[in-house]
Amino acid sequence: MFKLWSSIVKDAKLLLRDRVGLALIFGMPILLVIIVTSIQNSTFQLINKTKLNTILCNKDTGICSKQFITSIDKIGLFNITTVSSGADEQTIKETVKDKDAMVAIVIPANFTAALNGKAMVVTNKALESFGLPADSNKSKPADLSPLILYYQPMLQDAYRFSIDGALQSAIQITGSRATLKQLYSSINGGSLPADMEQDLLGSPAPINEIPLSRNANMPNATQHNVPAWTIFAMFFIVLSLGGNVVREKRNGSFIRLKTLPTPFWVSLLSKQITFLTVTLIQAVVIFSLGIFLFPHIGLPGLKIPTDVLALICVTIACGWCAVSYAICVGVLAHTQEQANGFGAISIVILSAIGGLMVPSFAMPKSFSTITMLSPLHWSLDAYYELFLKDGRFADVLTNVLLLILTAIAFQLLTLWGLKRKNLI
Amino acid sequence: MVVDAAIKIENVAFSYPRNTGIIYTHLNLEIKKGDRFGIFGPNGAGKTTLMSLMTGLLQPQEGSIKLLGKEIGKNNKAVNKLFGLVPQDFSFYKELTPVENLEFFGAWAGLDRPAIVRRTRELLNILGLEDVRNKQVQDFSGGMKRRVNLAIGVIHNPALLFLDEPTVGVDVQTRHAIISYLKELNDNGTTLIYTSHQLTEAEDLCNEMAVIDDGKIVAKGSIDQLLEKHDTASLENLFLNLTGKSYRN
Repeated sequence: MFKLWSSIVKDAKLLLRDRVGLALIFGMPILLVIIVTSIQNSTFQLINKTKLNTILCNKDTGICSKQFITSIDKIGLFNITTVSSGADEQTIKETVKDKDAMVAIVIPANFTAALNGKAMVVTNKALESFGLPADSNKSKPADLSPLILYYQPMLQDAYRFSIDGALQSAIQITGSRATLKQLYSSINGGSLPADMEQDLLGSPAPINEIPLSRNANMPNATQHNVPAWTIFAMFFIVLSLGGNVVREKRNGSFIRLKTLPTPFWVSLLSKQITFLTVTLIQAVVIFSLGIFLFPHIGLPGLKIPTDVLALICVTIACGWCAVSYAICVGVLAHTQEQANGFGAISIVILSAIGGLMVPSFAMPKSFSTITMLSPLHWSLDAYYELFLKDGRFADVLTNVLLLILTAIAFQLLTLWGLKRKNLI
Repeated sequence: MVVDAAIKIENVAFSYPRNTGIIYTHLNLEIKKGDRFGIFGPNGAGKTTLMSLMTGLLQPQEGSIKLLGKEIGKNNKAVNKLFGLVPQDFSFYKELTPVENLEFFGAWAGLDRPAIVRRTRELLNILGLEDVRNKQVQDFSGGMKRRVNLAIGVIHNPALLFLDEPTVGVDVQTRHAIISYLKELNDNGTTLIYTSHQLTEAEDLCNEMAVIDDGKIVAKGSIDQLLEKHDTASLENLFLNLTGKSYRN
């Protein structure tokens, strides 16, 4: 026990004196989790709460374009600045630049005429199907010229699709309103009363969003990012621990230890205890930031899962897997450059395919099998089960077992590497 | 049973995988207890390989090596308590202080805490490291690092001490201090097995020596016996007569 304690003290002192290693272990993940959560939270706000600066050029003079503008204004997605109807493409582009706008919408000149024409055709068809007399004027309505949407190239596809959906919805409402008015007028000879218009066009059922979790907490950028970047931080320990193992191997310390009357597993156990403790401290620090710091910097606070025991088990399994991987890389690498290079790149790749950077559901189908190969994915899956769905230990048991089995596999690979290099 | 031999190597055969490097065939060597035994040879002669075989870092394919009657490979824990190793490389933690290094390696050598504290105090005093006991070794000069390397090798008072080029790259004062300390250890009963390129050290330190070349022991005996047998006045001439004048890799 004294030998193990001496080894733990030695490993802890080596770590505490490695300032670059400490910065990588604690500083980098803390920065990452704050920055990425802030960015994703801003993105969420952009889509859901922040209005996009929008330039509007209405070349139509009819009622439908005015109703269309009222509709898109009600959606709440756009902060509209109007330019004159005579503005050409160049003027619109310059206004977009001057006003720091993300999009510009141009309503074509025949917007009202085309929508009313289409409404007339639909009304006539409806009247004929009811057995009522239709309008004798059967002239073909003008085709609706496309609405033009200019957008900044930095506007990501997801936002553009949201804007597109919002505009389509507004056109649909405007067109429906024109058709209803035409139909009412043809049957009753008067204009559609405002309350009836509201009854007919208003949304028949509100949408109530309910996440599929036990506690019905709405997921947010914090609940998504804090667990993901905690896993990344734990596995990124490969840079410090892998390098530490290579240094001991290269400077002959391992050789000297082999000649002393203490089994080598004491050294391996010491590193695992020391660095597993470090990974647990990382998790505590990052979770604490989420709980206590985030609400003070305008981010949603982290809500810890109900099943804390399950959270501890997942964190220990993930940490042990990360430490085992780091020792394995350190033993198999010939130089510190190899350990650092391979370690860093492999963790970034495993993070990417594990769904830490892009959600796994958003990946191509061909990636689904590869995703399942990443221990970081099993860790993330388990954390999401706890943080987003408020799952219990039974829900994450498979992931915990997979992580433990992977850690054992890395341990066996480490022993093989040590034997092959004549270090045990 | 009284054991006179500190080290007994019998019919040892060893070759590196894929036959790269030194090959020993039917190697026999006996080093008596209390000797200051020097192993000399040109670069690539097999000195470090022989040292690694004697300390159990490499396993022979045939034959046996016994340290004070205990066979290497049969009970490594007991065998490893018998000897200390001072490698040519600085095989310790440069980020730690001399005290921290001695505490760690002392524990691994099987000492308890009071023994470590006592031996650390003694060794730092003897080797002139008392003033820098709490400074990180990475800031030390080459000579100071050599002394730390030596202190770690003898922390557990081993009966046998293997030294691989223990004075390489040090100044005259440090070399003198190290040689004096090694003689003191030998006077107290420690058998020394020593490799070096510096033949003058053989005269200063060794009472017995072997010259090896190409995996074979080409001469063994006391310095006087060898000089007389080969009819030469200096160790350098003896060395060149036995190993030739061509370059070695």
